[in-house]
Amino acid sequence: MSFRCLSFLLLSMWPCMAGNQRVLRVCADPNNLPFSNEQGQGFENKIAELISSALNEKLEYTWWSERKSFIKNSLDQGRCDAVLGIPSSLDSVAATQPYYRSTYVFVSRQDRNLHITSLGDPELSNLRIGIHLVGDDYAPPAIALARRGITQNITGFSLFGSYGEPNPPRKLIDAVDQGTVDIAIAWGPFAGYFAKSEKAPLDIAPVSPPMYLGVPFTYSISAGVRKGDNALKTELDEALVRESAAIQQILSQFGVPQVH
Amino acid sequence: MDRPGSARIALVGVLFIAPALAQIQKQPDDGQWVMAAKNYASTRYSTLDQINTTNVKNLKLAWTFSTGVLRGHEAAPLIVNNTMYIVTPYPNYLYALDLTKPGAPVKWMYQPHPAPASQGVACCDVVNRGAVFYNGKIIYNTLDVQTVAVDAKTGQEVWRTKLGDINQGESITMAPIVAKNTVLVGNSGGEFGVRGWLAGLDANTGKLEWRAYATGPDKDVLIGSNFKPFYAKDRGTDLGMKTWPGESWKIGGAAAWSWISYDPDLDLFYYGTSNPGPWNPDQRPGDNKWSSTLFARRPETGEALWAYQMNPHDLHDYDGVNENILLDLNINGQPRKVLAHPDRNGRMYIIDRTNGEVLSAEPFAYINTSESVDLQTGELKLNPTKQTGYKTIRDACPAPPGGKDWQPSSFSPKTGLIYIPHNNLCYETQGVTANYISGTPFVGMNVRMYPGPGGNRGEFSAWDPVKAKPVWSIKEMFPAWSGTVVTAGDVVFYGTMDGWFKAVDDRNGTILWQFKVGSGIIGQPVTYKGPDGKQYVAVLSGVGGWSGGVVAGGLNPVDGTGALGFLNAMADLPKYTTKGGMLYVFSLP
Repeated sequence: MSFRCLSFLLLSMWPCMAGNQRVLRVCADPNNLPFSNEQGQGFENKIAELISSALNEKLEYTWWSERKSFIKNSLDQGRCDAVLGIPSSLDSVAATQPYYRSTYVFVSRQDRNLHITSLGDPELSNLRIGIHLVGDDYAPPAIALARRGITQNITGFSLFGSYGEPNPPRKLIDAVDQGTVDIAIAWGPFAGYFAKSEKAPLDIAPVSPPMYLGVPFTYSISAGVRKGDNALKTELDEALVRESAAIQQILSQFGVPQVH
Repeated sequence: MDRPGSARIALVGVLFIAPALAQIQKQPDDGQWVMAAKNYASTRYSTLDQINTTNVKNLKLAWTFSTGVLRGHEAAPLIVNNTMYIVTPYPNYLYALDLTKPGAPVKWMYQPHPAPASQGVACCDVVNRGAVFYNGKIIYNTLDVQTVAVDAKTGQEVWRTKLGDINQGESITMAPIVAKNTVLVGNSGGEFGVRGWLAGLDANTGKLEWRAYATGPDKDVLIGSNFKPFYAKDRGTDLGMKTWPGESWKIGGAAAWSWISYDPDLDLFYYGTSNPGPWNPDQRPGDNKWSSTLFARRPETGEALWAYQMNPHDLHDYDGVNENILLDLNINGQPRKVLAHPDRNGRMYIIDRTNGEVLSAEPFAYINTSESVDLQTGELKLNPTKQTGYKTIRDACPAPPGGKDWQPSSFSPKTGLIYIPHNNLCYETQGVTANYISGTPFVGMNVRMYPGPGGNRGEFSAWDPVKAKPVWSIKEMFPAWSGTVVTAGDVVFYGTMDGWFKAVDDRNGTILWQFKVGSGIIGQPVTYKGPDGKQYVAVLSGVGGWSGGVVAGGLNPVDGTGALGFLNAMADLPKYTTKGGMLYVFSLP
């Protein structure tokens, strides 16, 4: 069924049918809280459930680790019809209306009283700073810091980590809790979610300014479909607007820091 | 193509190079092919001469074999005891074909079952560059960071050693060699922030004997009191740590993912390390040792004797991993034991392999990112207008795949020439574009590659390593991404990404014969003597690799930044070839 469904879909760009009920096929990472996991515990799982039921569609996942070439290997190969949680400006997909906007944040232990909010803060030269590493590239804050000449005191934490362990990206927030680094600069949803379950109380402060030395730190987040799949994009856009209150509730449950 | 001087050069080459070469190889050529590079010196030269410049036009297809795998086929077939061994890309099947029977039927097939997740870790297609025969075993690496030894007669697994973790971004694509009963293996994964290493394994048991990291303190790099780099710039304590900001050496790349050569007389093996990470050079001020570096080490202990860093603080993804051909040449009237290393930066380094002194480093491809190499200090003088970072740079040549990439050259002692399959690509970087992974937005550079001057993306050329000058050249539409083999019959073979297998007169570059195979060629051609006494030439077709990802990986050619920016230069490849792994074997009628 799935193969026939796939070829039909690629030709017509209409959603698949399972019996009489239509199917929303979503690619998601099986081990990437707070976004998604195989048990359906992430906020993108919850949003996907919300949207599929609003569209009266059956939700089907293709689990695919969101590493290199995720879009090419999943969406573009027809393994699914939608992905959640992509930057709205990502040009390899057709992005829906944004359903939230978050920011990179500073994460530090409250008992350290650092109160750093700006990437221009001179104190950053003297602190051990943890930043996620995506493949062999650092996340955006490291680029801005390198432009300020701050490179010696950066420690990279692989976003992929060891995939055999649960929630690989969590190690960065753990390092703040354990004092291995003084401060982390992390994407808001990671920080908001993991900070809640660390032992020590953590301070979370949005990175300012939102664009520093040419590097953006706030991003609008959308769902994505294949380019040209306008029918599905329209459906998702409408559902995202219709369910926006419920989506906001989910985001706040997960501690996602939002900016406007 | 005809150059009047070429015959004279050939004669001179024969006079003083051939005896010395025979000495360093210490491997009589029995018409077999037991390691990917043919011999320890990595010459890919065969003394077989039945096929020559006169009769090669009659070359005919003898038989074929389908590997059943669709991704890029980069391996060299091995021929040992009238059996041919073929390693495929992931899932890394090993086939043994019986050459004594008509049509060379399969004797056995071995399946190592590498972890499927390893496919997501390979940066540039799921290739494998081949196996080595040693002491009754076929030894090779799997994409999921294991080395396996298989009984050459029965196909039974003898040992298997896990050397790393795909979960940390590591993989292996290189062909191992065995020196002094030690299997030499290096990791891939410079694009995933791994820490590069090269390991020595006991060939009988697979036991890990030593591991030499390319970054970190001297004790991890296996640098001790015998380490004597030729140039002051490469001397000092713990440079693998001190030339990096903070602890970033732990994620600094410098993987040893390609070729290894060995000189039994000096008891040194030679290999290069890959580019440093992270990609943005602004984030790693310093020389970033030992990335983009050539090492000379002892096989039994891994101990480093010298090192030379070609591209300190690399700006352009210029890995130092390309082949090192070990030659004894007369340079400026002096006999020198050298290695010839055509680097990604587009320069042909001729280096004294006893001590690491650079004797010449002239460009073999069109380049503008560097101006010269100072032979007194070993320093590469960069062009200040082509320095990358998170900013727009235009017309930087060569592009990240380099003047050449992994595709190995050959050397003929008859002509004294090196035959180089290479690229002619430039690139630009621009903009800070949004991307994401694991739900996290980040920014990256758009890298766009395009053909260099002349519009041809590839070239196959002959290089005189003594005069440090090109002798002849054949322009190719696509990057020349295959290996080469050259013979005593004065014929040099290579393949093209659009699927032509070509035989060329090694003296003047005249194309003598060509055959269109099913899929583009990125494999390493070999030649051997069959059980019937005839000379055969074999090559795997099956396009893919970094350059061929647009066909093998089904990448979208509309998105030019795919395959790390290579797609833009390769978007028309699907019009010329389709995927599919197939072996082609040729002989005279």
